[in-house]
Amino acid sequence: MDVVELSRLQFGLTAMYHFLFVPLTLGLSIILAIMESIYVTTGRTIWRDMVRFWGMLFGINFAMGVATGITLEFQFGTNWAYYSQYVGDVFGAPLAIEGLMAFFLEATFVGLFFFGWSRLTRVQHLIVTILMALGSNLSALWILIANAWMQNPIGAQFNVDTMRMEVTDFAAVVFNPVAQSKFVHTVSAGYVTGAMFVLSISAFYLLRGRHRGLAIRSMTVAASFGLASALSVVVLGDESGYTAGLNQRMKIAAIEAEWQTEPAPASFTVIGLPDVAARTTHYAVRVPWVLGLIATRSIDGEVAGIGNLVTEAEQRIRDGMIAYGALRDLHTHRGDPALLERFHAHAANLGYALLLKRYAPEVTDATDAQVKAAAWDTVPAVVPLFFSFRVMVGLGFWFIALFGLMFWRASVRQLERSRAVLWVCLYSLPLPWIAAELGWYVAEGGRQPWTIDGVLPTFLSVSGNAASDVMISLAAFVVFYSVLLVVELYLMVRTIRHGPDGFTMAPRGTLAHEGGA
Amino acid sequence: MGMGIFDYEFLRLLWWAVLGILLIGIAVMDGFDLGVAILLPIVGQTDMERRIVINTVGPVWEGNQVWLILGGGAIFAAWPPLYAVAFSGFYLAMLLLLCSLILRPVGFKFRSKVAAPAWRAVWDGALFLGGFVPALVYGVAFGNVLQGMPFRFDQTLRLTYEGSFWALFNPFALLCGLVSVAMLTMHGAAYLACKTAGDIRDRARRAGTLAGITLVVLFVFGGLWAARLDGYAITAFAGTEGPSNPLLKQVARVPGGLLMNYSAYPWMMAAPLLGLAGAATSVLLARLGRRPVLAFLASGLSVAGVIATAGCSLFPFLLPSSLVPKAGLTVWDASSSRLTLAIMAVVTAVLLPIVLAYTAWVYRVLRGTVTAEQINADEHTAY
Repeated sequence: MDVVELSRLQFGLTAMYHFLFVPLTLGLSIILAIMESIYVTTGRTIWRDMVRFWGMLFGINFAMGVATGITLEFQFGTNWAYYSQYVGDVFGAPLAIEGLMAFFLEATFVGLFFFGWSRLTRVQHLIVTILMALGSNLSALWILIANAWMQNPIGAQFNVDTMRMEVTDFAAVVFNPVAQSKFVHTVSAGYVTGAMFVLSISAFYLLRGRHRGLAIRSMTVAASFGLASALSVVVLGDESGYTAGLNQRMKIAAIEAEWQTEPAPASFTVIGLPDVAARTTHYAVRVPWVLGLIATRSIDGEVAGIGNLVTEAEQRIRDGMIAYGALRDLHTHRGDPALLERFHAHAANLGYALLLKRYAPEVTDATDAQVKAAAWDTVPAVVPLFFSFRVMVGLGFWFIALFGLMFWRASVRQLERSRAVLWVCLYSLPLPWIAAELGWYVAEGGRQPWTIDGVLPTFLSVSGNAASDVMISLAAFVVFYSVLLVVELYLMVRTIRHGPDGFTMAPRGTLAHEGGA
Repeated sequence: MGMGIFDYEFLRLLWWAVLGILLIGIAVMDGFDLGVAILLPIVGQTDMERRIVINTVGPVWEGNQVWLILGGGAIFAAWPPLYAVAFSGFYLAMLLLLCSLILRPVGFKFRSKVAAPAWRAVWDGALFLGGFVPALVYGVAFGNVLQGMPFRFDQTLRLTYEGSFWALFNPFALLCGLVSVAMLTMHGAAYLACKTAGDIRDRARRAGTLAGITLVVLFVFGGLWAARLDGYAITAFAGTEGPSNPLLKQVARVPGGLLMNYSAYPWMMAAPLLGLAGAATSVLLARLGRRPVLAFLASGLSVAGVIATAGCSLFPFLLPSSLVPKAGLTVWDASSSRLTLAIMAVVTAVLLPIVLAYTAWVYRVLRGTVTAEQINADEHTAY
């Protein structure tokens, strides 16, 4: 493997690893705030004991999230130096604001959340919990503003003097429509994860006949919060499809394996077997109209097919070659007005010309065949996207069904009616993580071959490190992270098995009737 | 053009100062955590003493670590070429830093969850490394930046770095690494003297005294050594408001000129003097066994002085290139665009005071010493 593939693998693995912890932090922080609000308003100490018990698990998870998050921030510089140089003017700002506005908030108050029980009044402690949850959720907002700019790079343009992208409209970057739908979709997915975590572990206690009071109350909170979140993920996941229809048509075409543009409104392929070589989908089961409705919000809007988008990419590459030639000549004729004019007329497609760098180091000399090959490079990996998306969506509907059922059972106070359903709850525990990782893959794998859509290809974004250095770091991360994951899971399971006993502060009046561990 | 608030020149100087403040913020706030971790096996003899030591930073290390994250983010946002060159150039050193930093949070969280002495001994070792290695790497990084790093750019500003991992650990850089370890150990000891009592505090004061004296000796020695090292001077450039393209200037290497700024601008001597005076004051107060908070503030000022010394020595350079001097990054050609600097200045001016205010409130709530009774009463939450 070359340095590009190794760097991608390392970023992908460390990001997916980090994303094991983030959704649970997002979801549990809100659930803790809900439980503690009930404690403060009702004064019933069992709710405080619940906050302390789930808070313990939250803390183990939070430490891992903090520890693995730094790796990601640093990796932009260590492994993607040209990316950092090329777009740091735009991309760095949301990251810095994330630290200033969100990380300080969550990380400063998380300590007080654990150590402040005896030093703060009830209301003060609740405020601390709420601020911690707010900080976690704000951090998701700012990182997704940064990520959305990679998907839909608006509010910036190339500066020939500095050879990089620079901000022209910061408000456009912040209020990127992709950022808004991504934010709601991602935090909702986090809430589903937190709710499933609480639901499953509570089901475990009910199956064992332990800690009934805590388990039933926790399950009630998890079921109602989980149902609202699961609905929000799916409804606002559709919202992501809508914006992708405008900005990332290739991604949606690849997810749908729509090889050629269909007459509007396009049908949605529920399942099938995409065949990349033949550029067709075998055994496709289609539902008429649905894709056209989701992606264009109309019955007459077309959803572009892969073949048609490749043709469009080819034209953009040819146009970008003119910009590239002008930019090269500007190095020797700095400030030449005719060259500048020519550059700016074609600058929007400069990124497409850079796709040729892989085939023709001197981009302007590229042959027809090389241009065509580069145009086909704009198609991401269809097969894994097609299936990842479908599994993710299927899980999304499963969450609605399960939380809907448990919400109903909680409403009629029959959470313990069926042991089989409790087992289903318990075994559904890993599913939100699977859905979240697949969603991450669809969003970022579907962005390929770009780091910044239409602006900077991934293979140009890397640092000039030796492949051997990246191999060392990749191996170190795999070993180190695996050990940490084992330790983390061991502690989680141990804490869960031990149960909430011992997390109480006051005499255990409300828990006295319950069985011990 | 006059010097308005949003002039490019002013914004660049402002962000140079903010860069310094953030680096000092990392060293002062996250630095005492590192120092405490280094001191853990020395000042904590029994398991309970070690738990006390850990719990002095237990509630605050997460917030402190954000200074590092913010520092990285702010360099990315305000000085993108610096971020690109420094982070990729120090590639394996960064890996070392990351892995040791990751040991710390998991060490804090996991150590006291299991009572087996072997488990705790392993994590005590991990916590020590999680303090010592970052402290050393920070200093080594400064040592290399002061000497210049072997990098160049092509016309598209694609970077090539020609150094090796082992070359980072050259004698001068190692000396800087030891200065950093001594400095943060002194600072951690001063913090422990505020947050503990009895034997632990006495040991912390003795260790802090030793670390402070070591710092003074090494810092003076490093200054004498640095006076013999080469510096860099801009001979032609596109102006203080020119485009951020390092290749638009000419740079000369000045033999023995690393400290030439101090003769050109004698007021800059305030930085190294603050570093020495702060350390001396902190040591003196520790010897007298009085005013621990004042001793902590003095050691914080010493940290600020030492870091400011590095910044003043380099100015206007941020990171010189020893390979192709004209590729060196300076305040005038390695910043973000004027618009980004202006927006980030406004955002920082609004948010940083809020952060400082609630951080101060949290430290106030947590004031007082950590005792064995508190840990026993809070067995499951305490680290």
